[in-house]
Amino acid sequence: MTQRDNRPKFLNLLHIRFPVGAVTSIAHRLSGIVLFLALPLGAYVLDLSLRNPAGFEQAGKLLTQPVVRLVLVLLAWSVSHHLLAGIRFLLLDLGIGLARTAARRMAWLVNLLAPVFALALLWRWW
Amino acid sequence: MSRRASGLKAWLIQRFSAAYMAVFLLYCLIRFWNAPLSDYQSWHDWVAHPLANLFIGLFVLSLLLHAWVGIRDVIMDYVQPILFRVTLLALIALILTGSGLWSLRMLFVTVTW
Repeated sequence: MTQRDNRPKFLNLLHIRFPVGAVTSIAHRLSGIVLFLALPLGAYVLDLSLRNPAGFEQAGKLLTQPVVRLVLVLLAWSVSHHLLAGIRFLLLDLGIGLARTAARRMAWLVNLLAPVFALALLWRWW
Repeated sequence: MSRRASGLKAWLIQRFSAAYMAVFLLYCLIRFWNAPLSDYQSWHDWVAHPLANLFIGLFVLSLLLHAWVGIRDVIMDYVQPILFRVTLLALIALILTGSGLWSLRMLFVTVTW
């Protein structure tokens, strides 16, 4: 126990070199937190848009507000990354892509595809 | 639910809800890619269909369970003081249940049988 307590800690996040899988994993967690924080907004927009035609218009206007648009960019990336990284985790659960090179390749693929997916979503529904 | 959503059960909830949401989102992506929602009537009619209503409702439930298990894991990792942890978890349970019931009610009242 004492030996364990005396071990040096090195937690300077700017100097630790993360393996690509760690980046994918941390981003999965961060995007999950972002999506959770957006749930009340989602419920509100859903309610507003279904109430009546005026509410639908109002919801549409709300989603074009500059601040909300900024949030939507963040949400587009979050949902893309969370979905893709989640699929990667499910594949790992099934024993697919467990070997180091395959795992790294999939992690890179997720990290790079997520912004591409996000851009596609934003391009389609901006 | 919070007391019992632990270990293997939480793990299973997380994965089944994830799989369902992934399929549902993929369906929505295909469904709305070439037919964006431009007016109230078409949006309302889609949601009001009992089958769509059921699937959206299942999505909301999956989202709540999934978010609960996920956020709970995050808090158990980073928030150590027990009183702070319990308060935070209670607050989150409240937000999730609130958003969920609100959405489900909204969905349900639109249904035309």
